Formats: sequence, structure tokens, C-alpha cells
Amino acid sequence: MSDSTKSISPPPRVLVTKIGLDGHDRGSRIVAAYLRDAGMEVIYTAPWQKIEAVVKLAVEEDVDVIGVSSLATDHLLLPDLMAALGEAGFGHVKVVAGGIIPDGDEAELLRAGVSRVFHPGSPREDIVATVGDLATQARAACANG
Amino acid sequence: MSEQPVQLPLPGFESARAEWRRDYDGQAGQDGILRNRSGIEIKPLYTCEDWGEERYMEDLSFPGQLPMTRGIYPSMHRGRTWTQRQLVGFGTPEDYNHRLKTILAAGGTAGSLIPCNSVYRGYDCDEVELPLLGTCGAVVNTVDDMDLCYRDIGVGELSTAVNDPLPFTLLALLLAVAKRRDVPWSRITGTSNQSDYISHFVANHMFFRIALPGSRRVLVDHVEFCQTHLPGWNPISVVGQHMQQGGATPAEAMALTLCTAIQYAEDCRTRGMDPDVFLPRFTFFFDISISFFEEIAKLRAGRRLWQRIVRERFGAKNPKAWRFKFHAQTSGVDLTRQQPLNNVARVAVQAIAGIFGGLQSLHTDAYDEVLSVPTEEAARIAIVPTEEAARIAIATQNILREEAHLTDVIDPLAGSYYLETLTNRMEEEIEATIARIDAAGGMFAAAEAGLPQDMIGKSARVFQEKVDSGQETIVGVNKYREAEEPTTAPRPLERPDQSAMEAHLARFRAFKAERSQAAVTAALDILARAANAAPGTPGQNVYEKVVEAAMAGVTHGELCACLRRELGFGQPLVMP
Repeated sequence: MSDSTKSISPPPRVLVTKIGLDGHDRGSRIVAAYLRDAGMEVIYTAPWQKIEAVVKLAVEEDVDVIGVSSLATDHLLLPDLMAALGEAGFGHVKVVAGGIIPDGDEAELLRAGVSRVFHPGSPREDIVATVGDLATQARAACANG
Repeated sequence: MSEQPVQLPLPGFESARAEWRRDYDGQAGQDGILRNRSGIEIKPLYTCEDWGEERYMEDLSFPGQLPMTRGIYPSMHRGRTWTQRQLVGFGTPEDYNHRLKTILAAGGTAGSLIPCNSVYRGYDCDEVELPLLGTCGAVVNTVDDMDLCYRDIGVGELSTAVNDPLPFTLLALLLAVAKRRDVPWSRITGTSNQSDYISHFVANHMFFRIALPGSRRVLVDHVEFCQTHLPGWNPISVVGQHMQQGGATPAEAMALTLCTAIQYAEDCRTRGMDPDVFLPRFTFFFDISISFFEEIAKLRAGRRLWQRIVRERFGAKNPKAWRFKFHAQTSGVDLTRQQPLNNVARVAVQAIAGIFGGLQSLHTDAYDEVLSVPTEEAARIAIVPTEEAARIAIATQNILREEAHLTDVIDPLAGSYYLETLTNRMEEEIEATIARIDAAGGMFAAAEAGLPQDMIGKSARVFQEKVDSGQETIVGVNKYREAEEPTTAPRPLERPDQSAMEAHLARFRAFKAERSQAAVTAALDILARAANAAPGTPGQNVYEKVVEAAMAGVTHGELCACLRRELGFGQPLVMP
């Protein structure tokens, strides 16, 4: 468990999901298991979630971080997710993306407010530590907001 | 060579072993034993004590003869080389047509059709977000779309592997095109790839559309239809590739594939079909990882097990039913995003393993096709290869065949002490897993209970931990990294032309508006009625109704929506 996950209580709540049309979920399942094993509360969904469904679940489960796995261009819908979270008054939630996300797209996602993009080969410790830190930030932002 | 047989134990064996042990034992894993991906112990040296020629006839015999270890045809690649089958799919039907012609001009000898993810999910192009259309495959929804895919190409002249999960709408559209062009269906050849719905439920969630029991019924209807109308078509491709890409070890992937094939064969027999007629049309599709000898042994062991399964379990007497025909694809999971040109070397090694394993057709990944490592999925997702990378993938096959002369000798590694021992050990491992699935009531019941999902998930984690700890080397990822790594993908993702896609969407809407709405409604009613009839009811074959509906102008999305409604929507059964 990284220091960052120890630092907040209750532990970080993370929604791990896939939006759009692709169903390849080996990556999202492994990352969900990494986070769970690091002591986080992980809410895991089947692939093909609609944006509205992700927002609804994030609100209901009061998550700190949303992790979206994209291996087939579905990350193109992430700006829509960011906008929908803002409209739902849930803009403090941090969003990370992982998978096959090319150059130009990454810059576009970061501009849209995505906190971090993980590429294939990202070390487990990096993923766990980053999500833990973002959860801390999200919770602070929520308390202040 | 001495005329005396070799004496066992070999004279000098013990002292030789002491020598190599001193040098090598320290290099093995934690328990002092080096193991392959399937968990089988790998010794530093194999001799005739491990495998001897007295086993030749029982273990090997001759190509085209039982037990089929050496290949399913008498002359194998010396007589007829494998089919070069590259995956193609991108953008609009016109884009697909252009790419297919490029592949054929470069020496590809067969086609494949990879549809857009919207098609996989069972939707038409007007049901999904426009930016996602055509990014991962071709958008094909109507008989007109399919006609465009085959512009200037004879539908009866090219063998096509269609990535077409049940209810097999793309094949139905292809048959509608054949009808339109007066090409008899008997000349349509190819394979229904992604027909293996069990693999979709347990390992690859990309493709399923209909709940398990409904899927089971539609597949048998499809086999029955093809047996009657399409003598040149392979209705089933059992996909070990999904299992292995999902994380199964090579031995597990082979075992689960054989168990799935057993399930489908039992379902067909229960319907009253003759194994000697339907089994010759069963085909398989495997992943070839970079674990070189293990993959060769996997494929040889699988071939030997299949002939035994069909003869012992199904009483198959037709020698064609004994043939374990398979397509193979080099493993995307082994390719890396880091130092992507290294992938050319990886693909070549994987391809050689597949060729020595006796494959019938081969897809070599383009080096930039899958910019992924073991934490991620593979198989032509996200990155459509550049034309240059696609050309290199085909050139790799040409070089292996014509420059390296890999096809000159049939099953050239046979008789290797190591390979024969490994083939036998892999066979034992595979049989042990088959026994577990049998004990769970067969593959359908096991999948419902989550057993294979559990096995695959555990193996995926075990392998990932080996990569994380550095026990398995991945060059450029966990070893031999470059100081200045490019931090993002080397080139932007190719996107379909948005205006062309919008024009396609407009054309699709016009198609729907102009067709006979009465014929469409009638065809969908007939389909719904068949779906609700008891399986096997005469005149109520669901797939026959799908084909008739496609000919009446019903679209892919409408067919899928109808069967989703009548038979239930599939949901994934795997959790982390």
C-alpha cells in the first residue's frame, strides 16, 4: 500500500469502467485488482457503459476517482464525460484514462480535464500511487467546495 | 551410427549431468526449476532417455496419418503452403475495398473482413456516436455496403474469413450479394470467425450479443444451415486465441478450446446431425506467443488430441473429421509499444513457431498494429496498421517461406528429444484441464459456473506478476530500456475521413427509406417467430430466417435488435 492510500480514511473509492463500444477488459480487470489489492474500494463495471450511467454510478457510489480503460478509440468520448460530471456537480472527481491512447489524443484529453493518461507498460506502483494521490486531492476539493 | 541400439541408461550420462547441473542450476526459478508458461518443467538437456525412437510410430507416424502429430495432410507445407490471411477492416465499405485490393496485390491470398466495433455490438451506424464509426473496422450494415466491399472482386473467387459473431449477419449480407450477382452459394468459401460464443463469454467480451442459451441455439441452427446450403463454408471457428490473449497459458488455451469444440459437437449431435458430416467443417484459431518450443508443442499436441477426441467421443470415421485445421495469429500481447520495431523480430519468431506447428493459415501482426504489452489486450485493436507495416507483415511470411525455405521439409523438428518430450508433457497438461472441465459438466456448464474465467484470470495475474518482478523479460519494457523513451505513441492514430463517414451515414438512411418496408416487417416477424419456436422445429431455423431477411433489405442492426429482444441480451460473466 502506498503512503497516499494510507493518508485518507475511509480509503479511496475508485470506479473502474469502460465507455463506448469496445469490450476488451483484461486491462481494466487487472488495474481494478491492483487498486483493490492496494486497499482501495473499487467499483467495477462491465464494458460499454453510457456516459450518463457512469455519472450516475459515480454520484451514487460517491467515488473519488474514475478510471476509464480505452483500447479502441472510445477515449474520444472522455471530454463528454468530463462535461457531464461538471453538469452533475461532480467536477471534483478526478478522471484517469489508460490503454492505447495516441499522442495527439492524450493532449486533447488532458486539456479536457483528464488528470492522467497511463500507457501500456505503466508500472503498477505508478498507477496505485497516482490514483491514491488523486483521491486525496478529490476529497480535499470536495471538502473545500 | 552404430548398428547397436543405444544402451540405457546412457553411459556417461550421470557425469555429464553433474557437469551441466553445476553450471546451470543456479539460473532456474525460485524452486530451482525452470518452467515454461504452462508450468511445465524445462530441463537443461534432453536425450534419448526422455524420448526414444521406439515411440516413433505411436507418437508420430506420418503426416496425414493418425495420430496426426506431424500434420493433417500428407504433404503439408511442402505440397501446399499456408494461406496468408491478413485482417482488414477500416472506415467505410469503400475504404475496406481499397485495403483489400492492396493486400491482394501484395501477395495476400485470401480475405478477411473486420467490421467496426459498432457492428460487433450489434448496432447500425445510425445508433452510435459518429466519432467512433469505422475507427477499428469497416462499417458494414446493409447488402449495399457488402456489395461495395466486394467492388471489382468476385464473391465466389476469394475465400473470406469474416469476423462475424452470431447471428452471423455479415455472412447473410454476403449471401445476399451473391444472390444479387447470380453467384451460386456453393461457390462461397470462407469461415465464420467469432462464431465461438463461449469464448466470448469466458475470455473476450468484445463480441457477444445474445444471452448464452439463445447463442447455443443460434449456433446449431447456423451449422445446420451451412451444412445444407454452403458446402464450402466453415460455420465454426473455435477460438483458443481469445483464451490465451485473455491470459490462459498455452496449455490451458488449447484445453479450453478443445472443450469448447467438444461442446459444440455434442450440441450438433443432439440436434441429430452426423459428426462425420459436420466435424470436417470445424476449424480452430490459435494465438502464437513468443514461447517458441512451447507453442510448437501446443499445436502438435492439440492435433494429436483432436483426432482422438473425435474418434473416441464422436465415433468419427471420416478421415476429414480427424483433421485439426487451424488458423493462427502471432500474439499481440507479446508486442510492445516501447521500441516498436523490435516487434518485427518478435512476429518472425512467433510465425516460425506457428509454421513448425503445422498451421493452415497465418496472420502476422504488423509491428505497429498493437502497441500494447501484457497488461493490455491485443489483436488489431485501436491501431490500424500503416500500409508500410502491413507490407512488412506479409513480407515476413514470404521471407520465411521462400528465402528461409521453412516449407521444404514436413514437420522438421520431429524426433527432437526436447520437442517430443515437451509435446507429450503439453498433451498431459491439456488432458488434465479437459478432465476438470468434463467434471464440471462440460464447457457450457463450466462457463456458466465461471470456472474457465477463474482459470484464465488467475493465469493472467501470475504472468503479470512475473513481468512485474522481472522474472519474465520483455525487452525494452522491463529490461534493456532506452534512456530516452518516447513517452507517447510514435504516430497519430489514423481516423476515417469524417465527411466520407457522414456521406456513408446519409447513404445508409437513404437505403432504409427506399426499401420495401412491408418486406422488412414481414421478414422480421418471421425471424421473431422462429426464435420463439423450440430448437430444431422443422422450418424454424433461425439462421435461415436471418439470411432471408438480409435479402429482403433488413439491416444488420435490425437483425441483432430482433434477436436481442427475442432471445435476451448477453452480459459478461467475468469480474476481477
